[in-house]
Amino acid sequence: MARTATAPGAPTTRLGKAAVEFDDRLIVAAPLRRTLNKVFPDHWSFLLGEIALYSFVILLLSGTYLTFFFDASMREVVYEGSYAPLRGVEMSAAYDSTLQMSFDVRGGLFMRQLHHWAALLFVASIVMHLLRIFFTGAFRRPRESNWLIGVVMLVLALLMGVTGYTLPDDLLSGTGLRIISAILLSIPVIGTWAHFAVFNGDFVGEQIIGRFYIAHVLLFPAILLALIAVHLLVLVKQKHTQFPGPGRTEHNVVGNRLFPAFAGKATGLLFVVFGVCAALGGLVQINPVWLWGPYNPAQVSSASQPDWYIMFLDGSTRIFPPWDINLPGDYTIPALFWPTVVVAGAMFTVLALYPMIERKLTGDTASHHLLQRPRDVPVRTSLGAMALTFYVWLLLAGGNDVIADKFNISLNAMTWVGRIGVIILPPIAYAVTYRICLGLQMHDREVLEHGIETGVIRRLPSGEFIEVHQPLGPVDEHGHGQLAYGGAPVPKRMNHVGGARRAIRGFFTPIEEPSQVELEQRAEGRGLATAESERELTSSGRPSDGGRPSDGGRPSDGGRPQEPRD
Amino acid sequence: MSARDTRPGSTGGADTPGPLHGGPDDDYTPEQLAAMRREELDLLGARYDGVEVLHVEPGPEPGSALEKRAVRQVGTAFTLAGVFAFLFVVVYVGSGWFLPDWHWEITERGWSALFTPMLGLFMGLAMTMVGVGLVLYTKKLLPHETAVQDKHDGSHFDRVTAGATLVGGYHNSGLGRRKLITRSLLFMGGGLGLMLLMPLGGLIKNPNKGDPLGTTSWAEGVRLLRDDGTPIRPGDQEPGSLETVFPAVPGGNRQADAATMLIRLRPEQVDALRPREGHADFAYGEYVAYSKICTHAGCPVSLYEQETSRILCPCHQSQFDVTQGAKPVFGPATRALPQLPIGVDDEGFFIARSDYIEAVGPTYWNRERI
Repeated sequence: MARTATAPGAPTTRLGKAAVEFDDRLIVAAPLRRTLNKVFPDHWSFLLGEIALYSFVILLLSGTYLTFFFDASMREVVYEGSYAPLRGVEMSAAYDSTLQMSFDVRGGLFMRQLHHWAALLFVASIVMHLLRIFFTGAFRRPRESNWLIGVVMLVLALLMGVTGYTLPDDLLSGTGLRIISAILLSIPVIGTWAHFAVFNGDFVGEQIIGRFYIAHVLLFPAILLALIAVHLLVLVKQKHTQFPGPGRTEHNVVGNRLFPAFAGKATGLLFVVFGVCAALGGLVQINPVWLWGPYNPAQVSSASQPDWYIMFLDGSTRIFPPWDINLPGDYTIPALFWPTVVVAGAMFTVLALYPMIERKLTGDTASHHLLQRPRDVPVRTSLGAMALTFYVWLLLAGGNDVIADKFNISLNAMTWVGRIGVIILPPIAYAVTYRICLGLQMHDREVLEHGIETGVIRRLPSGEFIEVHQPLGPVDEHGHGQLAYGGAPVPKRMNHVGGARRAIRGFFTPIEEPSQVELEQRAEGRGLATAESERELTSSGRPSDGGRPSDGGRPSDGGRPQEPRD
Repeated sequence: MSARDTRPGSTGGADTPGPLHGGPDDDYTPEQLAAMRREELDLLGARYDGVEVLHVEPGPEPGSALEKRAVRQVGTAFTLAGVFAFLFVVVYVGSGWFLPDWHWEITERGWSALFTPMLGLFMGLAMTMVGVGLVLYTKKLLPHETAVQDKHDGSHFDRVTAGATLVGGYHNSGLGRRKLITRSLLFMGGGLGLMLLMPLGGLIKNPNKGDPLGTTSWAEGVRLLRDDGTPIRPGDQEPGSLETVFPAVPGGNRQADAATMLIRLRPEQVDALRPREGHADFAYGEYVAYSKICTHAGCPVSLYEQETSRILCPCHQSQFDVTQGAKPVFGPATRALPQLPIGVDDEGFFIARSDYIEAVGPTYWNRERI
């Protein structure tokens, strides 16, 4: 290695030498450089998936901590811990250890609540990430496989949630478990067999908490972890999608390199997500199991709701009509089967197959790396709004007893509102969304054709008042803009095209000299003020005015507004 | 001594790398690289990764007011993060040592009630301030560059050559011709797969053996007990009231399907009483007993509104009319709550006259058959 040190360009610092030693052994310089140079598009909506990833990391950390204290056993014990109201009560070891970790482990309650909040955030960010992917068309070829993996991960996240909140074996989670048992029983033909396989017999048995525990801490997280790895590998391999914009094509990614800009932001986000979960975990009480008491099949509390991500199934179950189907031979398909197994199964199947369905219907089999604005794909956007309305409506129906109680409405009326709403609201959402999409599209076209409304009212020599429009680009002899719509946001305000000078920096007091900024802006040709001196606006630039406006200029000409000419 | 030997990864000495070792090291000699500035090297490497830096907006001028201000902000954020982290440690370690005890008592409103909120507050603030500092750093102090990276479509060359290797291997194996091997492999795979799945059979239990879903601990002569284990006589209950009762067997009050509601009807309810077919004599005077387990999803139906004679299940709002044999009158439930035939034993306590004559709890596929 002595020769290395004397070669030209060889590192002279200790750190540099150590790096060479390291690379001599592992040959990581090239892949490292490739990673550091990877370009990430810069848009806030790309961070939703990251939030999901970070909450999963938090879940792994806090969950591992909780396993040190949790006893996944249904053995009956008598509580002797420090929470006085339950002392001497018979309960399962699972509930007992949950109370122990809440009251007798230093910081245990904090960790338990942190875990629960992170779980809620995990599912929520997955759903938001999914909506972003859906509405921007990021699932299109070649990303169908990652969409599919994502849907599977969502289902796993829900299963993680259900098995997780069942573990404490309190009255609320036990009630949920009873409903899970009933759902299993409702499956035609194999229902009772499936139930006996899962519960090792009739409800409730002595196995179920232990089985849910191993599924919750090993099976599901392991599968999830593997799928996350595949999800990210495919993402890196296929590179990010991006919104259309200047210089962005189907064959490139425009944005920041991983190091240092993107890494800084992403790490910052990790800490913020952790901070938010920690603050919620300490400050906002969640699932106070000691108030519910141990599970007892003969007891239930009113307003029994599951965590938010399962509430849509609770809602569909509440509003489904009492329709058992009796088959010849005295076989029955229970009413419960439809709003739970069938609704959930159908929803996730349609969701998983959506990229294939859309490809079939539109015949669009090309690869896409540029995203679409939701308004430009009104049918998909409206379908999404419809599905979302259906989902949110079911979710609200899951809390219909609470709504009835708080707003003093008849419970039966709430049930009927739920039943009618779930049928008529989604089509209404479809129609309204479709009109909104078309309206937004038309407005984009109008601005491209006629220019931005400046808000400047002029009086013509004839006495007519007109509003001056600012063309965005060159116009033809009728005063119509000639820019085509490119799928990117169209500037709608003068400020978007540099109509105003930039704000002077400083929060409480300016830290720049205003006059200096003014001069700087004049030099750059930005801001309305620069054009003020030579300007004389007399026409709206609309064709109705005889099409006399300017020959225009692109925003890239420094965004300098064009003066309509006389 | 040649320059090649100094390349990272080479072993040096006489054992020289083969001709396939090539790559950028052949394009740029160490001397050439040594003559380049760091910025140039950065952009050169980026170009090899398909990245072009289009535009760099430099960070604030070193020494400018803008920079000083940004540095102050970032420094404050990191310092605050450290302060809050230490506060977390102090609260965590100090409680019960030089601070009051953290163990919470239900009556207490002091330090122990604030212990968990303080942990959350300080950890939350510490973590968030780290994040805020990093974001401020990136936004205010780093140069903002716009880079563009090429996306590569699949390469035809790679496909053809990879395909050739794969097909070549398959061809050499002769599996296409040697049918006995492919068939025996398929047979072996099926067998092995089945074999490895078999242990899951340990999970299977026959739900129809002994009819566990259709029977409960209730039987002829079994007393009705309250949750505390005391028996009930007619007259113990007020008219219009409901009591949850359990079979007088060991662990009866913990069984999932045995919980029963004993209801004493008011006189006007007795007049309106219309039992279901075949249940005419199941009541005892003005007393009726129905299963507490909802026939919809198995929750305990607990909310009894005696004005309307309705029992409401709080899980999915099924409603049952106790004067009509507890048949469902609203909500998703399809079947009446099973009725328990009751009587009174020699000592004057309530007893069951038999088990329920139908399965209690949620409906299932072959419920009507057993």
